[in-house]
Amino acid sequence: MTYDATFRVWRGDDEEGEFADYTVPVNEGEVVLDIIHRIQATQQPDLAVRWNCKAGKCGSCSAEVNGKPRLLCMTRMSTFLDTETITVTPLRTFPIIKDLVTDVSFNYEKARKVPSFTPPPGLEPGDYRMQQIDVERSQEFRKCIECFLCQNTCHVLRDHEENKPKFSGPRFLMRIAELDMHPLDTLDRKKAAQDEHGLGYCNITKCCTEVCPEHIKITDNALIPLKERVIDEKYDPLLALGRVFRKDKAKKG
Amino acid sequence: MLSPGRARIPQKTLRSDRWWLLPTVTVIVLLSFVVYATWRAFEGAYYYASPYLSPLYSPCLATSCVPGSTDLGTPIGSWYVLSPALLILVFPLGFRMTCYYYRKAYYRSFWGSPPGCAVAEPHKKYTGETRFPLILQNSHRWFFIAGLIFNCILTFDVIIAFRNPEGQWGHMGLGTLVLLISATLLWFYSLSCHACKHIVGGRLKHFSRHPVRYRLWTLVSRLNSSHSMFAWLSLFGVAFADFYVRCLAADWFTDIRFF
Amino acid sequence: MTETQQDIERHQYDVVVIGAGGAGLRAAIEARSQGKRTAIICKSLFGKAHTVMAEGGMAAAMGNVNSHDNWQVHFRDTMRGGKFMNNWRMAELHAQESPARAWELESWGALFDRTPDGKISQRNFGGHEYPRLAHVGDRTGLEMIRTLQQEVVALQQADARDLGDYEAMIKVFPECTITQLLLDGPEDDRRIAGAFGYWRESGSFVLFEAPAVVISTGGIGKSFKVTSNSWEGTGDGLGLALRAGATLLNMEFVQFHPTGMVWPLSVKGILVTESVRGDGGVLKNSEGRRFMFDYIPDVFKAQYATTEEEGDRWYTDPENNRRPPELLPRDEVARAINSEVKAGRGSPHGGVFLDVASRLSAEVIRKKLPSMYHQFMELAGVDITKEAMEVGPTCHYVMGGIEVDPDNGATPAVPGLFSAGEAAGGMHGSNRLGGNSLSDLVVFGRRAGLGAAHYVTELDAEGSRPRVAEADIARAQQADLVPLETDAGENPYELHQDLQQTMNDLVGIIRNADELRRALERIAELKQRAKRISVTGGRRYNPGWHVALDLKNMLLVSESIARAALERQESRGGHTRDDFPKMDPKWRRVNLICSLAADGGISIRRQPLPQIPDRLLALFDRVELTKYLTAEELSHLPEENQQ
Ligand SMILES: Cc1cc2nc3c(=O)[nH]c(=O)nc-3n(C[C@H](O)[C@H](O)[C@H](O)COP(=O)(O)OP(=O)(O)OC[C@H]3O[C@@H](n4cnc5c(N)ncnc54)[C@H](O)[C@@H]3O)c2cc1C
Ligand code: SF4
Ligand code: SF4
Ligand code: FES
Ligand code: FES
Repeated sequence: MTYDATFRVWRGDDEEGEFADYTVPVNEGEVVLDIIHRIQATQQPDLAVRWNCKAGKCGSCSAEVNGKPRLLCMTRMSTFLDTETITVTPLRTFPIIKDLVTDVSFNYEKARKVPSFTPPPGLEPGDYRMQQIDVERSQEFRKCIECFLCQNTCHVLRDHEENKPKFSGPRFLMRIAELDMHPLDTLDRKKAAQDEHGLGYCNITKCCTEVCPEHIKITDNALIPLKERVIDEKYDPLLALGRVFRKDKAKKG
Repeated sequence: MLSPGRARIPQKTLRSDRWWLLPTVTVIVLLSFVVYATWRAFEGAYYYASPYLSPLYSPCLATSCVPGSTDLGTPIGSWYVLSPALLILVFPLGFRMTCYYYRKAYYRSFWGSPPGCAVAEPHKKYTGETRFPLILQNSHRWFFIAGLIFNCILTFDVIIAFRNPEGQWGHMGLGTLVLLISATLLWFYSLSCHACKHIVGGRLKHFSRHPVRYRLWTLVSRLNSSHSMFAWLSLFGVAFADFYVRCLAADWFTDIRFF
Repeated sequence: MTETQQDIERHQYDVVVIGAGGAGLRAAIEARSQGKRTAIICKSLFGKAHTVMAEGGMAAAMGNVNSHDNWQVHFRDTMRGGKFMNNWRMAELHAQESPARAWELESWGALFDRTPDGKISQRNFGGHEYPRLAHVGDRTGLEMIRTLQQEVVALQQADARDLGDYEAMIKVFPECTITQLLLDGPEDDRRIAGAFGYWRESGSFVLFEAPAVVISTGGIGKSFKVTSNSWEGTGDGLGLALRAGATLLNMEFVQFHPTGMVWPLSVKGILVTESVRGDGGVLKNSEGRRFMFDYIPDVFKAQYATTEEEGDRWYTDPENNRRPPELLPRDEVARAINSEVKAGRGSPHGGVFLDVASRLSAEVIRKKLPSMYHQFMELAGVDITKEAMEVGPTCHYVMGGIEVDPDNGATPAVPGLFSAGEAAGGMHGSNRLGGNSLSDLVVFGRRAGLGAAHYVTELDAEGSRPRVAEADIARAQQADLVPLETDAGENPYELHQDLQQTMNDLVGIIRNADELRRALERIAELKQRAKRISVTGGRRYNPGWHVALDLKNMLLVSESIARAALERQESRGGHTRDDFPKMDPKWRRVNLICSLAADGGISIRRQPLPQIPDRLLALFDRVELTKYLTAEELSHLPEENQQ
């Protein structure tokens, strides 16, 4: 069941880089990360790759295989032909550190910009009551393993470095959606989603959803609903009128 | 894509699969529809073959509409001389243009933004839907409501299609079936809409306090997962219904009557 | 390029937490909340720590599903699971405080699965008398990490608001590995002065000057070939502690989880969560027999079903039936599987069958065990709603660890050094119950953070902080650079594989004196070879170099495990000797303490296990205690236990 595969791995750093070819034995049931490890152990001990769990749970081993953003540890070799040359490249949206390792600090900076969960004042731990159907939507988004494949693939960031300050990317817009749907959160982040996190940049082309290894329906369940919620607040004259009315009433009452 | 600091990989994409197939097919199919619909909309004729009114021309509101096609009256009057389809087309067109699914489809295929996932787009600048005109996409929910009204009208057209060419009730022909399928697909398309999902329940924070709306939301969500399919099927449905009516109106063949 | 002493990046903190798993993050949050400037240092990115892999849940006696549950019952289960080797005080604190820690997570944004009345839902797990594990599907560890990570961010946001800088009070140093703890003071009274390490990204060195260090570096599984642990499980913290003069407790107790994947080879060891059994999955051998009924040990006869019918009834009616033996504590199940395979009744790839497909509907399986479904689908091409899984034991958790004070996590030997989480020992005795780790992390993480903060406050009241000696920095730096400066020596990856093979073959689930002695010989050889490791390439993100440095710790840990295993002449929990197959109450009174000898080897000494106070012994009936305690201990029992 063993055969020799041809790998083309991008090697380099922020100054230069090129593809290097390796011929590596492959055994039954192996994933791309196994092969990268074999290159490390037998041919190139300093080949840099990031990984932790090798079980698709931590989101460390994000890279691109044959141009497709993927987790290296969840890409089975059996999905390729024995004769195929397999190209492995680093994420292309983030600054390169070395070989397959990129600097993903952009994402941590964006995470910090989303105001945290804000429960109602006075609600003591232990007194939280939430129904399963009310938490399910947010639970889906909390499956996120922060592999940042969606951030890497989203063309708003990938093709436009200049948009980085204005656009937080699907992962963090989804975080806003998660909090907006949290049954006990009290903060309104909808205006911020549009004005500070760049929801309007998303043109719902769904590449984030296509690459998400957790199969989260990012676009359908987080981004579009968030857009609709923002419309409620910013672009819907009827609802705006309703709000003015209610405020008036509240003032009078 | 080749911004400073990033890995220096000159290729615009390293994808080895046929990622270009889907956008190409999308362009071909959408363009064919646009060409056909434009021709038909401007033609201003062959849209009524008693008892069938083509969905592209319904409701027919101008005095110039052919006899029998104006069950909803002619509020527009006689000054209007262009094709009556042009009066109403903006609604279904706007609905589809602002549809979240079609947006994805044409942004990707026509505008190449992006042409495929992890395939570099050809534009230097990108502002998405943040400014005019694309910010108008946010009006989709109004078109959705307009779409519902049109669905009602087209459903009315189906009902009155249960007559024979002489106007007697209780009859049905292949045309009735064609209109029925087209209208049904339109309902599925509308009800699976994201704005619909939002309105029926998506905007709620606590489903548990609104059990009925939660049930509706669950239903619409289920439809919504097939929204793209309904988008295409309903498009074909409308085009085919119009084509069928045109054939009858132009006497290319005669309707098959069931009873 | 070797930077000169002055060039080395330096940071001053009150508390440095090594490790960003559940324990480390909770410790850091506490230290920061006590007003201490806190650094969190981790080898991988923030939010990737091994804790993300925990699946089943977090044990906390909230009594949401079964109102009979309370901390006493949880305490009892924990002690039983650990075969009474637990540090009783830790087990008590853990049982008492875990509900508050679970609720606290919820107030920080965690979204656990719910009961119909809106409380946190709890599930059954091996060794727990009532449904007790708070969970989110089968990704509870991820929820814990993300919640704590987001709470750290929340604190940073507050600091940005109040102090103008996100990182004024708490800062994360990701992909930074600590290789040495630095001490200050005379030979016999050395305290923590700081920690030294390198940035993985650039390879440049960094120094943290801090009077208090919390070690929460997690487990040791990467010393074994078949393991469920992530890359980080190299036992760094234990190595750091040993080299700083601290002691390790009961390192022989290593938990082999009964159900790891066995096929394909590439994923061998990856965990199959215990919830599969908690939710109804059963173990079968190649003859289709539910063999666990043949392996119920005497100490558990009273609590487990003896017929399949009773076991099956238990899922729906736990009040009137006993639980099925598939839910025995992990050590029992792991040994049973081992025996079945040895007896030739294993599955094609050397495991046994774990079957949910014939017991639950496909829909229920996908809903309750989504990550298991995907794991098997994507990694093995097996549809668990249709076929049985093949599973076998995998090295999962180390019960032993750094010896600490139960109340504040302080190490007795080194002032200023604290530890919590999997790196610390004592809480779980000889065997950990599933779900008790996640709760352990937050209960003792918080306590260690608090302990460290108090220590710093006291130290500051005295007015002097320990100082890092420049010579120590130079030495630490040189030590780390050796592999890069050695030419044409040993390949670090090969050495690692050899160590893993040795531990798996000779210090595995069933041990004996011969094999352990051989293991120690081999480890000694490996230590010699390790001195000649050489790595190519530069310092920038060089995995070969990283492995070389981690190996130091893995070798120390492996030696500790093998020595302690040789010393303990009985079988108990995560330590099974086929030359001493019985549990011996005399050995229960003995803690084995490892420390670093002057020659760089591990020396071992015996130390009495703290006596369980009468008020806690009163929770058990005497018949049960006779299985664990010596006759002498039993004669001292108070009245209420006498009958
Ligand atoms: C697959 C699996 C499933 C599990 N399921 C459960 C479960 O359902 N319930 C349960 O209770 N328990 C479970 N456990 C056990 C539990 O997950 C672990 O025991 C626990 O997560 C350990 O947490 P920790 O905080 O001690 O350390 P870890 O989460 O292991 O974190 C260690 C941290 O230390 C850092 N570190 C290590 N060395 C260094 C160094 N030299 N310098 C700097 N940083 C360093 C690492 O980067 C990391 O951040 C499971 C374990 C596994 C493997
Ligand atoms: S759907 Fe929006 S966020 Fe997702 S990839 Fe496309 S543009 Fe980016
Ligand atoms: S949403 Fe999906 S793709 Fe994006 S970071 Fe999370 S897990 Fe990765
Ligand atoms: S290594 Fe954790 S997701 Fe691949
Ligand atoms: S989203 Fe397509 S019609 Fe509304």
